Amino acid sequence: MIPEIGHFSLIVALFIAVCLGVLPIIGAARNNAVLMAIARPLAYGQFLFLVIALGCLTYAFVANDFSVLYVAQHSNSQLPVIYRISAVWGGHEGSLLLWAFILGGWTLAVAIYSRHLPDEMVARVLGVMGFVAIGFLLFMLLTSNPFDRLLPAAADGRDLNPLLQDPGLVIHPPMLYMGYVGFSVAFAFALAALLGGKLDTTWARWSRPWTTVAWVFMTLGIALGSWWAYYELGWGGWWFWDPVENASLMPWLLGTALIHSLAVTEKRGAFKSWTVLLAIAAFSLSLLGTFLVRSGVLTSVHSFAADPKRGIFILSFLVVVIGVSLLLFAWRAPKVGLGGKFDILSRESLLLSNNVLLSVAAASVFIGTLYPLFMDALGFGKLSVGPPYFHAVFVPLMVPMILMMGLGPLARWKKIGGLELAKRVRWAFLSALLIALLLPFAMGMWTAMIALGLLLAFWIIATMLLNLRERLLGRNDFLQRVRNQSLSYYGMQLAHLGVAVFIIGVTLVKGYETERDVRMDIGDTVSAGGYVFRFDGVREIEGPNYIGGRGHVTVTRNGQAVTELYPEKRQYNVSGMPMTEAAIRTGLLRDLYVSLGEPIPGSNGAWAVRIYIKPFVDWVWAGCVLMALGGILAISDRRYRIHSKRSGAQLDTALEEKTA
Amino acid sequence: MKPRQKRVMFILVGIAAVGLAVGLVLNALDKNVSLYFTPTQVFNDEAPHGRSFRIGGLVEEGSVQREADGLTVNFAITDTSKRIPVVYKGILPDLFKEGKGVVAQGTVGPDGIMHADEVLAKHDENYMPPEAKDALEKAAAANAAVESK
Repeated sequence: MIPEIGHFSLIVALFIAVCLGVLPIIGAARNNAVLMAIARPLAYGQFLFLVIALGCLTYAFVANDFSVLYVAQHSNSQLPVIYRISAVWGGHEGSLLLWAFILGGWTLAVAIYSRHLPDEMVARVLGVMGFVAIGFLLFMLLTSNPFDRLLPAAADGRDLNPLLQDPGLVIHPPMLYMGYVGFSVAFAFALAALLGGKLDTTWARWSRPWTTVAWVFMTLGIALGSWWAYYELGWGGWWFWDPVENASLMPWLLGTALIHSLAVTEKRGAFKSWTVLLAIAAFSLSLLGTFLVRSGVLTSVHSFAADPKRGIFILSFLVVVIGVSLLLFAWRAPKVGLGGKFDILSRESLLLSNNVLLSVAAASVFIGTLYPLFMDALGFGKLSVGPPYFHAVFVPLMVPMILMMGLGPLARWKKIGGLELAKRVRWAFLSALLIALLLPFAMGMWTAMIALGLLLAFWIIATMLLNLRERLLGRNDFLQRVRNQSLSYYGMQLAHLGVAVFIIGVTLVKGYETERDVRMDIGDTVSAGGYVFRFDGVREIEGPNYIGGRGHVTVTRNGQAVTELYPEKRQYNVSGMPMTEAAIRTGLLRDLYVSLGEPIPGSNGAWAVRIYIKPFVDWVWAGCVLMALGGILAISDRRYRIHSKRSGAQLDTALEEKTA
Repeated sequence: MKPRQKRVMFILVGIAAVGLAVGLVLNALDKNVSLYFTPTQVFNDEAPHGRSFRIGGLVEEGSVQREADGLTVNFAITDTSKRIPVVYKGILPDLFKEGKGVVAQGTVGPDGIMHADEVLAKHDENYMPPEAKDALEKAAAANAAVESK
């Protein structure tokens, strides 16, 4: 009974979405207040029915209702309750339901926090989001209904993929989806502005906090996924350029470009068309990401099903979304106008260059990810594009981007003299260069790549310090100056610092990591990076739904005990799948990482063991967290909380005065 | 500078940047694409020498042998028609098993043995890497063609 209620709720949600996608937009076009006012109640209603649907599916999982096909495929009565809940999004159908639910949540949030917007804007934004919801709900009901029954019911379920039985995976998909779907808000604002024919700085200001929130979720979602891969896949990598990772990286890169371009549009009224295009592209890539991941055209741990019907549906949906928005853009953009003027060297031009570089980076990831697909489809045979391609493309693109990223916050709007700027940053550059050249010697090995990475990281830090000094130090009161800077300014600096921390992490872990695969008999020792690892054997263990072996490794340094590590090798009862659980000792400056390979036949308890020392690897994720915190700080700025219904023109003039 | 000159300048810089990026991408693709071959193709000497490529199929039953160092593994990849011996030093993925699908990347020496630097078995027990599936289908089709003659 409960699954039928869930199914029915989905159908009701679809009908509400159809109303939401059509009526308010007509209302806004005809200036009909009733049709416009209906948007908010519809958004509430849609969310309510999606909550019911998700609740029903969760109930089916928790209550082990194996008469539901999806539950039987992805759960088992032995599975701990927390993983039964996360198994809701452990497969294709459920993750789509989560997608739709989160979209409903974002729609609800826009409906609630848009009291200060004009009614027609609200009507259009909610309408566009309703339209997107139609696509997803139809997709679910037509091709991938999570509530399909399995008759007769299975005695027990097939169990959740052991890789997904992990706390990181409980929160990674919802986080990432919050980001993916969050870009639908930026998209909806852009389309609403195009529909209304009014792309002004107020539009950018309304759209900015939403975009930044989505970007924050996306940043955290990607970081969580990377962290999970690092400790769960058991081979110590944190980014594999796997198609699915790329699918999340592309919208992130464009989202990053978008928040910067929105900043320029808000402050200077420039690049309006570019901003709109970015908003459309970022959301389209989010959809494409869903398509790539969920349709099974690309194979990886994330792709659940290879059903061509699904692929064709998402592809058509993608074509409709991109087609309609580009048509709308072509029709309306000529009216948009060019906006503020700026010189070849100015803050605008630096931001624009970085926007282009980020977009090119996204395009190069796109090509690398889809090239094998195209070649296969055209009959040129199967091939694969490996990580070296991405390294070869990414490094040359990111070097100029980071250099300009340091200059951007220092440059003035409109126009700045090249010589003057060069003079201001010369000490920052020289000190970054000096650190980059000398630090690798202190670390024990000098290579050009390490020096380059450090140069970029310290360049960001040095220009940031310079910027802070110019802004905060002066003759008058320091504290007053600190207070005068906006929260979004500090947010920007924090996020940029995050990039620097990230680069330090990547550079040092790539440059100085030690990886050793060795055979170890009981009592054997291996030394790596100044640490001595002693293997004390493997004993049998029994978990709630698996059996396995737990190794014991004692780590010492100069005779002093450092830590004991317990890597595991598990065999899951139902699926029979083996799993490696690495043991990691996390530290600020290095991680000690041990995982078990396989037992060596014909030996007396010997195993193949992986021993890694990963210097500064946690800085990679710390950098992401700093970026996200910077984003949160930026949207806490009080200018986004001015909930008065002042007209756009007034605000614009006020802003002109402030920034001029 | 006049506005028109400025615009021309922007466009030129833009075209130069895009051209550079395209060159970069094409160059990187050219160097880093690894082609894929079936064991039959490798047996017929269709695979390149001295360049890394991928080979897909099943791990032949009974072919897996570990050397005394515990890390070097010898096995054979088969598409049920032809077999190619592979040698790999390192820890194999969890789901590497005899009779299951596998993809190996490496170079084939003059001795006809593939020296793999990467062995992939995918993340799900029931899952078959597409390359491996493709190899099996091709071999089956070739066998059928031979039998019908």
